[in-house]
Amino acid sequence: MSMRLRLCVLAVGGLGVAVLFVMACFDLPAFGGLWHPYGDRAVHAALARHTANTVSSVNFDQRAFDTLGEESILFASVVGTVTLLRQTHGEDRLPPEPVRVAPPVRRYALIALPVTLLIGLYVIAHGQLSPGGGFQGGVVVATSLHLLYIAVDYRALERIRPVGMYEVADAAGEAAYLLVGAAALLTGAAFLANFLPYGTFNTLSSGGTVPLLNAAIGVEVACGVVVLLARFLDQAVEIESEGRDDEAEART
Amino acid sequence: MSVLPYVIAAWLFLIGCYGLATSRNLIHAVGCLAVCQSSTYVLLLAIGYRDGGTAPVFSDITPGSRPVVDPVVQALTLTDIVIGATVTALLLSLVIQVAKRHRTVDPDELSELRG
Repeated sequence: MSMRLRLCVLAVGGLGVAVLFVMACFDLPAFGGLWHPYGDRAVHAALARHTANTVSSVNFDQRAFDTLGEESILFASVVGTVTLLRQTHGEDRLPPEPVRVAPPVRRYALIALPVTLLIGLYVIAHGQLSPGGGFQGGVVVATSLHLLYIAVDYRALERIRPVGMYEVADAAGEAAYLLVGAAALLTGAAFLANFLPYGTFNTLSSGGTVPLLNAAIGVEVACGVVVLLARFLDQAVEIESEGRDDEAEART
Repeated sequence: MSVLPYVIAAWLFLIGCYGLATSRNLIHAVGCLAVCQSSTYVLLLAIGYRDGGTAPVFSDITPGSRPVVDPVVQALTLTDIVIGATVTALLLSLVIQVAKRHRTVDPDELSELRG
């Protein structure tokens, strides 16, 4: 399809979507309005179950089954990326040369590393109390490890990052979520129902199963992001495909 | 104008679609898909906004003392962001494979089949 024809088709489709969407916008509740029936009910349910952070309550209690699906998408895409980015035939793995890092970069990255790690763990642990949770905190934890790559070099990162262990921990996070859900079945409740005592409002032990599911997600996201970045960094830093062309020609 | 945030979401979606359709580079196309997806964040958060509202977190505010924004759409946005990030990672690894096998990232040049 030529570019001109393609743009014409796009313009027709885009205009159609735009007209329908703007018409639909006028039927939506007004921006900033007071009418939020689901929001009000979610807040009410979260308070009834002693979870201070309503968003965590929605994710890990009221919609815990949806979060299982979301977590499985995350897990599946990590598995897919690992499969797609593995070392193939005709690719050599060359150890990267260490490069000198500017002293200020090294200094500040090394100072920021433990601070970032602590913040990430804090955000995971306080997911049911303050803004944040396993998803956000997991990404922060994974980021903190990669500060070592910026501060020192790739080999230092590899030393604290045995990818195989992180792959196992990623699967363990997914399994832990399912096991907490299945534990509810043993108590006679529904799958992923909140079966633990709700605890004292606004303390670390509040929310019943919310902190447990939150921690499982935190482990899975942190390990998943580390594995994803490890595969992409491998491609960029280590794997060389000089021999590929010759081999491809030899096969044809 | 109370529909402006919704219209901005529509504009972001359409501009992302335009980028996808005219893209000459697969990495650029993945970026455009991320722009399309960001329109859903804007739409969800705009629907959940409440005038004078604060975050729906009651660790430091007394329940009922202030209006809070809709937590359900915030949770949906969180889901959306996580899925967006992982799908982007998967698509980018596909682009790496395409670049390795076909030595190009231009979608228009990817018409041949290679076994």
